[in-house]
Amino acid sequence: MTNSISEIENNDCLFITGSNTTDTHPVLSYFIKQAKRKGAKIIVAEPRKIDLVKHSDVFVQIKPGTNIALYNGMANYIYHNGLADQKYIESRTEGYAEFLTGIIDFTPKKAAKICGCKEEDIIEAAKIFASAKSAGIYYAMGVTQHSNGTNGVKSLCNLGLITGNIGKKNAGINPLRGQNNVQGACDMGGLPNNLTGYQKVFNDEARAKFEKAWDVKIDSTPGIRIPEMIEGMADGSVKFAYVMGENPIVSDPDTNHVKAAFEKVNFLVVQDMFLTETAEYADVVLPASSFAEKEGTFTNTERRVQMVNKAIEPVGNSKPDYMILQELMTVFGYQENKTPSEIMDEIASLTPIYSGINYDRLKIKGLQWPCTDKNHPGTKYLYEEKFTRKKALFSKVEYLESAEVANKEYPVTMTTGRTLYQYHTRTMTDKTKGINTLVKENYIEINSFTATKYNLTDGEMTTVTSRRGSIKVRVKVKEILQDDVCFMPFHFAEGANVLTNTAADQYCGIPELKVCAIKFNA
Amino acid sequence: MIKLIINGNQIEVEENTTVLKAARELGIEIPTFCDDDRLSKQTSCRLCIVEVEGTDKLLTSCNLEVKEGMVVNTESEKVRIALKINLSLIWAGHPNDCMKCGKSGECKLQDYSFEYDVDAEPIYSVRKEAIAKNATNHFFEIDPDKCILCGKCVRICSEQVGVGALGFKNRGQETYVSFGNDNFEDAGCVSCGSCVSVCPTGALLNKTADKYRNWDVDKVRTTCSYCGVGCQMELVVHKGKIVRVDANEEGSNRGLLCVKGKYAFNFINHRDRLTTPLVRKNGKLVEATWEEAYAKINQKYLEFKGESNSFVGFSSARCTNEENYLFQKMFRQVFKTNNIDHCARL
Repeated sequence: MTNSISEIENNDCLFITGSNTTDTHPVLSYFIKQAKRKGAKIIVAEPRKIDLVKHSDVFVQIKPGTNIALYNGMANYIYHNGLADQKYIESRTEGYAEFLTGIIDFTPKKAAKICGCKEEDIIEAAKIFASAKSAGIYYAMGVTQHSNGTNGVKSLCNLGLITGNIGKKNAGINPLRGQNNVQGACDMGGLPNNLTGYQKVFNDEARAKFEKAWDVKIDSTPGIRIPEMIEGMADGSVKFAYVMGENPIVSDPDTNHVKAAFEKVNFLVVQDMFLTETAEYADVVLPASSFAEKEGTFTNTERRVQMVNKAIEPVGNSKPDYMILQELMTVFGYQENKTPSEIMDEIASLTPIYSGINYDRLKIKGLQWPCTDKNHPGTKYLYEEKFTRKKALFSKVEYLESAEVANKEYPVTMTTGRTLYQYHTRTMTDKTKGINTLVKENYIEINSFTATKYNLTDGEMTTVTSRRGSIKVRVKVKEILQDDVCFMPFHFAEGANVLTNTAADQYCGIPELKVCAIKFNA
Repeated sequence: MIKLIINGNQIEVEENTTVLKAARELGIEIPTFCDDDRLSKQTSCRLCIVEVEGTDKLLTSCNLEVKEGMVVNTESEKVRIALKINLSLIWAGHPNDCMKCGKSGECKLQDYSFEYDVDAEPIYSVRKEAIAKNATNHFFEIDPDKCILCGKCVRICSEQVGVGALGFKNRGQETYVSFGNDNFEDAGCVSCGSCVSVCPTGALLNKTADKYRNWDVDKVRTTCSYCGVGCQMELVVHKGKIVRVDANEEGSNRGLLCVKGKYAFNFINHRDRLTTPLVRKNGKLVEATWEEAYAKINQKYLEFKGESNSFVGFSSARCTNEENYLFQKMFRQVFKTNNIDHCARL
């Protein structure tokens, strides 16, 4: 998030898109609802009539995969109706003229046709968003998990820029990060092109700093991303795979393909708390301790680094991941034996945005990065004075169809997501009885029109097939979807990801988990 | 700024501050059941009464705004007598069963009754007819018999969580708190347990199979391990086991949690946890020592060493910063490859 959770209730307008916030980030959704109580306007743009719609001023129901058309249509209306923040555009941005060539003819009418929604709703959303004193954009995987995911984010940024809402209090562009430490894993260089703090592996100066600290030569070529890793495992070029705290057999698209890759790889280490579906393929399984059994830090969605404290001793002979990794590195001949606090000191010494962070300072409230020295109070919202590249860059973004769209053979568009009760691949949540009673099995959500059309009834088992595979699943009829659109949670093994498409975004490799085409077997 | 005197101490506070809050700034805790900074005022428990010079009546301090020159006494004989009467009336409608109540040790009614010498045998008989417990929710139950109608649960559910699943039913002696239609699911309850967190008595208690006393536990502040909001919480530990999760009000979550953070913690001490390394032998995963497991990994490392592109690592958005740092360090320093990625895209 460019801004902070505590600012949410003071936004004048909140644009929620690609996020079913009450289910995926429940506590954050409480603050969105509190903003509404204080008089904020709420815009929701989603394929499903989600719970937050009850609290919204305008709901734009769009077909899965048409986000960019909507955002461009809104930008078009804002531009043509004098709602753009000219002063901000001139002083703080670049590339406006080029961006305009992409939206100038992209009218709300044109957008409405693509999105399958009402033109008036797009206009209303644009008006409310652009007229607000401070408007925040809140989005999640509904914007990013597309073959055009990066462009989806860019077009949302355009909306924030044209209205002068980025680099401003109680506003901003706010991705809601889905996992407890997904922000931190990115910050720590768990990416093929980045060292810690987004320092690039191909930047000689950054690399030199790490080479000196670690006394080793670092490869200047970015590594491969998960989709390519899975390809490499399948074709035999990858021989040694190490999976820590992840369950790709269930979480990655096209299960059958992923299984074949894990079956094939020469050597697989899985480090986890449970014998997950992925661990069953491993050659060595290392038992990891839970967050309750160790010390460390997580960085949340508002960039706040917060303490994780040890409450109990490691269960059985399990060990905290930091201990396992250091013991292994020592076995490999690279001596490592630090406490979590000392590891954070090492991180701070190599990472400018974490420079001022240490355990003593984190105790009560944590610290929000950038925190560049020991006296820096942390950063509540980004870009107040300048952007990373000095001026923010508008992007000309073209709407493109999803990689796989419904056709005669596969007539229904499927989208996926999380439920309130289960979490990801259920490794943790399925150990609580009440949770499993509330969401006990996989289901496919359709409206009554779709149900009638394909001769399906609420509660029956049906077979659903995509180009990748086929599953049996229970039908749930709920009037929150458009015709010929369905939703399936991704929590269950042999579920949604048997069907999903591996088509990926060309820039970042995110798979198009939010759109694929399916059919119901007669 | 406004100057006033409380219990002989002078204090300066912002305009519109309540006497209750001003006293708190001085470290003087005025008893209250129904007041919570995050919630609207209900002013119903009448425990926060104080004496103000120049007024005969005792005034409730939770909705009394400070005035210049105000002289307040929170501990006078008059206040103590009235407080004891008010507490006795509340106690008279409450079952006398602290010894088997799960709230014992953390119950405000119990604490105040002790502090103000309330008689265990109520002198008044205002016991309402028992209303059955509502146990429809999977994680907690409502016992109207122990409810003192402070309304914090009703207010937190509608004002903070934005759900409004709880409300008051009936009137007068018959009043009780319940879900609409008396069923949590029908009422749209999201099982976040915020109502349980604010309940001052045992009226809202978690359902639990664990038997423990509240004075026999340790509480450890930590960060929730589910979504990216990073809620602050307290793990309640009894005999090496997590038995409960309490909300913490210091974090960005302001004392609010969701159903997963508050209730989906059974995985921690679950019997399915991996408790020893496993190594594949003759096609089967069998138990092994750490040394055997490390030796096997080292053997494979040595086998492929030199072919750095054949190593790949899936790091984890579920592990700590320190662990993610070490993981990429191991890949870059030892395996000499940048082939590290994690589930950021999932």
